[in-house]
Amino acid sequence: MSVARAPGAVTPERFVEAEPASEVMALQMGPSHPASHGTIKFNLRLDGETIVDVDVEIGYLHRGFEKMCEQATWNHVFPYADRLNYASPLLNNVGFALAVEKLAGITAPERCQYIRVISGEISRLTDHLTCLGMAANEIGAISAGFYMLEAREFLYDLVEAITGARLTVTYCRLGGVMKDLPADMAERTRFALKQVRRVLGDCDRLLSRNRIFVDRMVGVGKLAQAEAVSWGLTGPLLRATGVSYDVRKAEPYLVYDRMDFEVPTGTSGDNYDRFMVRFAEMEQSMRIIEQALAQIPPGPILADDPRFVLPPKQEVYTTIEALMNHFKLVMEGQKVPAGEVYVATEGGNGELGFYLVSDGSGRPYRVRVRPPCFYGMAALGAMLRGHMLADIITTFGQINMIGGECDR
Amino acid sequence: MTQAELLDRLPSILPPGALHAGELVREQAIARVDRAVVKDALAALRDHPDTRFDMLTDLTAADYVGRVPRFEVVYQLYSLERNHRLRVKAAVPEEDPVVPSVSSVWKAALWAEREASDMFGIRFAGHPDLRRILMYPEFEGHPLRKDYPLMRRQPLVPERDPLERPWFPRG
Repeated sequence: MSVARAPGAVTPERFVEAEPASEVMALQMGPSHPASHGTIKFNLRLDGETIVDVDVEIGYLHRGFEKMCEQATWNHVFPYADRLNYASPLLNNVGFALAVEKLAGITAPERCQYIRVISGEISRLTDHLTCLGMAANEIGAISAGFYMLEAREFLYDLVEAITGARLTVTYCRLGGVMKDLPADMAERTRFALKQVRRVLGDCDRLLSRNRIFVDRMVGVGKLAQAEAVSWGLTGPLLRATGVSYDVRKAEPYLVYDRMDFEVPTGTSGDNYDRFMVRFAEMEQSMRIIEQALAQIPPGPILADDPRFVLPPKQEVYTTIEALMNHFKLVMEGQKVPAGEVYVATEGGNGELGFYLVSDGSGRPYRVRVRPPCFYGMAALGAMLRGHMLADIITTFGQINMIGGECDR
Repeated sequence: MTQAELLDRLPSILPPGALHAGELVREQAIARVDRAVVKDALAALRDHPDTRFDMLTDLTAADYVGRVPRFEVVYQLYSLERNHRLRVKAAVPEEDPVVPSVSSVWKAALWAEREASDMFGIRFAGHPDLRRILMYPEFEGHPLRKDYPLMRRQPLVPERDPLERPWFPRG
């Protein structure tokens, strides 16, 4: 029994007769595509599956970060900064705190600087684990992806013990941090890092020489060194091309100059090198955390400067001076002296810079964040041209575009 | 080279007349440059053996409403080879907000200039594709200007027909 066909349906005979067409097809991929973690749109022109041209469209997560900061006091910016790169909120906190402190001319106490290094490196680990886990997940290595999320969970437990929150930490303050490390920090960290190393060992064996993984990553999304520099790439994307630029080494801030760590670099600048650079960086971050925990001195965690730092709560409730100081700081904001400053720190994805302008009032006049993945996304078109449609996924994954940071 | 030494070297590196002033703010060097020659000045800074600013780490703008000229375009330069930084600023008047594009000097400027023009309404002459980047094409005004109200509502935008008005601008 034959089934009735719809008029004009393609019969197998007609399908065979047709010439293989070669024409450029326009395809819109996104903004909400199940294979891309992030709201982004690719306006593609394809010849078959080969990418002829791609126009990357961002801005879907734009919420006016810079405009909002101009309405807030300096301390109010910290919660906003959490939501920039939400895979590593502590690094954003530290970057912004360092920039404002440079503008205000104050320094955080030594113990606080160590705490910032420790919490920042934990955040770098969670950032890299998110990026690599998702990169593995998206090309089919789902187990490896979930192993990495398991490792991240141990680190989030640490973040929770330090800050009280897992994601929206708001941990830094002008001149210090919100609260001290828990008493059993060293023990907790030893446990967490042991688990992370175990998972990373598994993932290394699962991925680094895996045929499918290597075929999908090697030679894909390649960018030459000079190109990468011209596009303003930083962080793992630049280091994968062989440039050993890490802000922690080039312009050491906090106590990074006392830490013994290496800057892993790649050679070819393809996705595989980006993956391996991030992978190697995690071991270096763990080394930094261990050294910092061994060296950390006792002492205060907030600078003693009533112009910028809130007085202790107990004094606010018992003395009139502290109460007035508290009121002025909360209602009028910290009067950061007029001037401007650009401070770069090494974020999870590269150079995270804050360009701040103060007019001497209690609110920032201009807050500009230099988002590292914005420049990576700008170069994405150049990385993808000539590759296949499926290579978008691996390349986009290695840029580690975080909407909160890219679109602000 | 320290930041102060860098400022002392600038007049001999930049084209004559390009440098308006150099100053140190919070130990960071700032060079104020004439906007008409900003592209030549930045290209000179990139290529001169003493400065070698091979990377444009950031490009943004700032709105000093009430001041004449009103806008500033701010370039953050970094040299991988020499490991030093410089901030270059070009003042831009409100009546004629145009600056030469540096996208042919560093590719990083391609998107950064799009963002600055989107947010501040500054035009970058010679930029190949100055569409809005964070905002949608129908957005009215420039949100980071100080006279853009925080709570301003935007008109509703009709749905786009992708066949009549294709997204893809080229070819």
